[in-house]
Amino acid sequence: MPRIREVAKEKAREKGVKEEVKYEDIRIYTDEELKNYTEDDIKAFKCKHDLPDVLELEKGPWSSFVSDAIREAVHRSKLPDDKMMMAKDCVEDLLGTLQLSYIDKETHWKHGGIVGVFGYGGGVIGRYNDQQETFPGVWSFHTLRINQPASKFYTTEWLRSICDIWEYRGSGCMNLHGSTGDIVCLGTITDQLEPMFFDLTYDMGQDLGGSGSNLRTPSCCIGKARCEFAMFDTQEMCYELTMHYQDELHRPAFPYKFKFKFDGCPNGCVAAIARSCMAYIGTWKDDIRIDQEAVKAYVAGELAPNAGAMAGRDWGKFDIQKEVIERCPTACMEYDGGLKIDNKECTRCMHCINVMPRALRVGADTGFSILFGAKAPILEGAQMSTLTIPFMKSEYPYDNVKALVDKVWDWWMEEGKNRERLGELIQRWSLPKFLEMIGVPPMPQMVREPRSNPYVFWKREDVPGAWHRDINEFRKKHPR
Amino acid sequence: MAEVEHKGKKFEVDEDGFLAGGLDVWEPDWIDYVKTIEGIEELNDEHWKCIHFLQDYYRTHGIAPMVRIFSKVTGYKLKHIYELFPSGPGKGACKMAGLPKPTGCV
Repeated sequence: MPRIREVAKEKAREKGVKEEVKYEDIRIYTDEELKNYTEDDIKAFKCKHDLPDVLELEKGPWSSFVSDAIREAVHRSKLPDDKMMMAKDCVEDLLGTLQLSYIDKETHWKHGGIVGVFGYGGGVIGRYNDQQETFPGVWSFHTLRINQPASKFYTTEWLRSICDIWEYRGSGCMNLHGSTGDIVCLGTITDQLEPMFFDLTYDMGQDLGGSGSNLRTPSCCIGKARCEFAMFDTQEMCYELTMHYQDELHRPAFPYKFKFKFDGCPNGCVAAIARSCMAYIGTWKDDIRIDQEAVKAYVAGELAPNAGAMAGRDWGKFDIQKEVIERCPTACMEYDGGLKIDNKECTRCMHCINVMPRALRVGADTGFSILFGAKAPILEGAQMSTLTIPFMKSEYPYDNVKALVDKVWDWWMEEGKNRERLGELIQRWSLPKFLEMIGVPPMPQMVREPRSNPYVFWKREDVPGAWHRDINEFRKKHPR
Repeated sequence: MAEVEHKGKKFEVDEDGFLAGGLDVWEPDWIDYVKTIEGIEELNDEHWKCIHFLQDYYRTHGIAPMVRIFSKVTGYKLKHIYELFPSGPGKGACKMAGLPKPTGCV
């Protein structure tokens, strides 16, 4: 059994929560209730609001959210009244609100909303309709963020359980998943928040995700679960740091939000470099492992380049020179019947490995880089993360990482202005100051190019004589 | 705007139960009402210290303090603030103190 599951189970036992969810134990609806409508019912269904524009979106090949919503509306219309705590027709009112927004080209949700559960400062996003008389079913329509399992692997037992609970206590509509990673339960009323939270924790051993000025729900790529490129166990690390920083996740204590994301390799399948304040990106230190026989198989056309990702179009015969050697950003590769890589010049961009996954493997000495400061445009402009720790070893329980996180937070929590992202604080205080605060020496790897302006600050102690100068001494040699 | 009644007094509130008129219409009876919905049995000196600080800060600066400042000035760790106000400094303490509803990405 993978270590992460052992750890999870052990922790579950310690806390006395269920190790695994059994749907039969907590199910709310019978099979008949779950299959209470036919395709004819859907055709015959008449929504209580006119939906001319919304219904247009049922056409076309892409799966339609409108069709799905209508299916849910039909399903709810046939459920017994005592098996729903939210308005029976809330989905119809939701579609009605959407139709009105399509006509007005404006949102019909009021500003903000402060609701939650006792003990936590986040996890629930409050929303109220601004046409409450027309759409009483969505008078309030709060969103619950639920912390997802790493890489979003599920069992049907678990999914069926959460669907039952949500159909009962909310609208039955979900977003799988929010861009930060959470399972998003869309739409419930204030009175159902505490019961929902109780069911989640007590019946499912499941917690809320983060919202507000705190650590948001961390997320990771699929990692070692199903990818040969993964350089560290993204899932284990995501899980461990989520559990370790529960307090920071549930009770906002920061100047603003803060996000962790874990990418197993530089391909960036959770886009850690763009969407997290602290991005962990897998990398390696030693040589790329080459299977020369497999390289020959690629050259001979026996293996499809990029694992067949280009198969939809005729790109001609695979040309290793053109497609790999000449595309290498550092030109550190050579092919003359055998493939050679000058590994010390390799920047580990993943291109050659992506093209020939059967022939090339990432090195054996692996870990991750840590980059800081990505954020969306508001206020000071968009930023991607900046490389700060070129290489760190990945070892459970990640004490090296936790020590670093604590240093970063100590600094940002003390110096960060209200609503200032870490990336903006680094911009305001400068990268050298940030490095000093976390105790890392500056390295050439941290910049793309040296500064081009000469406005260089020096520290007093680095300048002989410091800043104390006597103008009279100067005048002795340089009369006016 | 909804209206709630508590011991014969009427308060105008928004959907989240924040005092619509803010500090201008705030009075100690408001606290007596809020405690019933915010999971607080009886207010002690520590509760009052938090409330008075929030109100003073808001009157001086026109905004609610950052959590860090709240913590520093009162001397209470965030954990203790949650013990005092189970909904936390925003939904719990600010609502009681009659401050406007926190906004932004929450």
